[in-house]
Amino acid sequence: MNKEIKLNIYRFDPEKDKEGHFQEFSVPVKEGMVVLDAVHYVENNLDPSLAVRWNCKAARCGSCAAEINGMPKLMCKTRVDSIGDKISVTPMKAFPVVKDLVTDVSRNWEIAKKIPAFTPKPNLKEPWVIDEIDVSRSREFRNCIECFLCQDVCHVIREHDKNYIGPRFMVKAASLDMHPLDNIDRSKFLHEEGGAGYCNITKCCQSVCPEHIAITDNAIIPEKESIVDSYYDPLTMLFKKLRTKNGK
Amino acid sequence: MQEKEGYKTIKTDLLIIGAGGSGLRAAVEAVKAGIKVTIVSKSLLGKAHTVMAEGGIAASLGDVDPEDNWKVHFKDTMVEGVYISDWRLVEKLAKEAPDRVYELERMGALFDRTPEKKIMQRAFGAHTYRRLCHVGDKTGLELLRTLEDQIIHSENVTVLDEIFVTKLVKNKDKVIGAIALDMKKGEFLAINSKSTIIAGGGCGRIYEVTSNSWESTGDGIALAFDAGAEVRDMEMIQFHPTGMIWPSGVRGLLVTEGVRGEGGLLYNTKGERFMLRYSPVKKELDARDVVARAIYNEIKEGRGTEHGGVYLDISYKGKDFIMKKLPGMYTQFMDFAGVDITKEKMEVAPTTHYYMGGIKVDPDTNATNVEGLFAVGEAASGVHGANRLGGNSLADLLVFGKYVGESASLYAKEAKEYEIGEKVVMDEINRIKGFLKKDGINPYTLTEKLRNTMSENVGIIREENGLKKALSDIEEIKKDYSKVGIDGSLKFNPGLLQCMELYNMFTISELLVKGAILRKESRGAHFRSDFPKKDKNWLKNIIFRKNGDKLESYTSTYPDLPPHLAEILPEEKYE
Repeated sequence: MNKEIKLNIYRFDPEKDKEGHFQEFSVPVKEGMVVLDAVHYVENNLDPSLAVRWNCKAARCGSCAAEINGMPKLMCKTRVDSIGDKISVTPMKAFPVVKDLVTDVSRNWEIAKKIPAFTPKPNLKEPWVIDEIDVSRSREFRNCIECFLCQDVCHVIREHDKNYIGPRFMVKAASLDMHPLDNIDRSKFLHEEGGAGYCNITKCCQSVCPEHIAITDNAIIPEKESIVDSYYDPLTMLFKKLRTKNGK
Repeated sequence: MQEKEGYKTIKTDLLIIGAGGSGLRAAVEAVKAGIKVTIVSKSLLGKAHTVMAEGGIAASLGDVDPEDNWKVHFKDTMVEGVYISDWRLVEKLAKEAPDRVYELERMGALFDRTPEKKIMQRAFGAHTYRRLCHVGDKTGLELLRTLEDQIIHSENVTVLDEIFVTKLVKNKDKVIGAIALDMKKGEFLAINSKSTIIAGGGCGRIYEVTSNSWESTGDGIALAFDAGAEVRDMEMIQFHPTGMIWPSGVRGLLVTEGVRGEGGLLYNTKGERFMLRYSPVKKELDARDVVARAIYNEIKEGRGTEHGGVYLDISYKGKDFIMKKLPGMYTQFMDFAGVDITKEKMEVAPTTHYYMGGIKVDPDTNATNVEGLFAVGEAASGVHGANRLGGNSLADLLVFGKYVGESASLYAKEAKEYEIGEKVVMDEINRIKGFLKKDGINPYTLTEKLRNTMSENVGIIREENGLKKALSDIEEIKKDYSKVGIDGSLKFNPGLLQCMELYNMFTISELLVKGAILRKESRGAHFRSDFPKKDKNWLKNIIFRKNGDKLESYTSTYPDLPPHLAEILPEEKYE
């Protein structure tokens, strides 16, 4: 391995700069070093004003999402020796830049607010009785660390200004829908407000998830199926019509 | 929100500083009380250090071991806190943790289950029974997300994230709010609050090797201390026995006690299961201070690995078991170290983990001695005494998050509203802006110096000379601090943040070292090689407070245990 890598970091302060630019830094390499270590080296030794968001440095909090040589990744989890000695780091493209590598992800909480909250079935006897097999369906989605890399890579969000809540929130809805004691169906929300129909299952989100959640296969597709069932299933449609006729 | 020259003003009934488990649990309760709540957080909402809690929540549900009950939990906690915990807090913790767990489940958390469809509980160090309710090895994430969902869907709560509180403001003896920097915008905030809760977590980052995330720099404790709050047990910091040691970038990263709870065994390089020698009965699952010292000793005596650790092995349990019970550990070792823990041994060494010390709180209300100021969670003290049991911190933040939310709301409903004076705000703004200079001393250099001396001199094994050396190093750092500075602006400037955090870090460090010098005995996490035995005369707590610029200290004891608790607790033994 080379003793030094060239680290190209995107620098941009929207209040000062017209546009962003790359700044190159030489960083000495240590064994087992991750990209965040290299960025920290710059911050601690070369330019302490370099804005970067990080927190646990253990791939558990999802703060340090960025694009490394163009690939959406967590900086704390990407080994320098896995990508060679020229590394570029840019902020996530789907979100407005606050400064340098830091983006404004607050839009995500606006979306989170809209998703109907967990609502337990009425009159459950306490303490609740739940089978492990029923827990495991929802469990995968609960591993989400909200790094928002899936939102970043989603082409509906990136390229089309549609009201699609995005993969993270399809996963959130699925985690609630698949809670064994949840009592509500979120398909109406996902169809009418969530823009679930815009997703055309390209699976980009699934391919970048650092928690390896099968976002498309296990969350989005089942949610889409449940939308189809409640809106377009001929039997359900007939049933709905009959109910309306009877004035119920 | 009002805008004045150079800063914005916010008015709120309750200000919560910190958005980890304790802060969010407090907010849930305050919302029920119907008051206006503002939460400020140094990191993004949902990223707090609580997400890293792995093992579980200690609560004596008795779902796995029906013999368990609150009395045994009380006894375990008091004994492992080496009898200097506030028994009034511990009684509440032991009695109410089960209700808080069920409540969390009703909010939507999904715990692992037993075959009888109850909540699964796992074994953990020095818990008599299997007691930790868990979600694989990602319990903290589930807990924080569940509370976050409650907050997101509540009216009357404003979450302001990436805000650094620089000062608590008082009117005479009462805290009336805080001044803070909104890092995303580079703007100052004057937050007028009737009631304020410190939920700012611990201070692991004052050491070089820590399991703590970036934010654990003791901010909340230092803010409260500067505002006149008494702090207690400052010498008591926990070193977790098992942290990663290689590669260096992840040195200190936690290897959950769940590994040992699920059967993981410790070996030295001679292949000896050394815990049998140090602790024949509890073995790998003895209290954290015992296991940490054992590992430290093995390494020191030359039976450690080339990276300076010992081996932890769970591979004999098989891949299916490990992937189900410890999926986070599997990926952590695979991704960072390229080690497959289903086939290979892990290399581990002790890592700074949890602060038992912190702000002294009233056992009924979690109020500090300063009017209008409350504290909870790792920032507070009293529950864990000289050593914390695994799983008790999540129980702590749920149980006392609820209490502090209630009592601080009640206080806010009756408290008078004050406005922070413009001069106070402008003075503080100028102080912070003073860090922005081109030729200042790099704050990272001083921080490194602090971490070095703390690790070298105030670690697992302490003695007078080392402690004094640390103290003189801290004095030097304090002297240099007046020259510290950084280039750039107020907006998202990590160097500026480091300047501000450094103050909190050396404030806590100094108290930690002074407490460690005063306590001339070995108790729990505090081990003095020059006083290796426990001393009955030290069955008491050291308390520090600021009186003007002067530091004062005194010792105190808790009231005697009432008979119903005294009969549970075995008498403390001394050699």
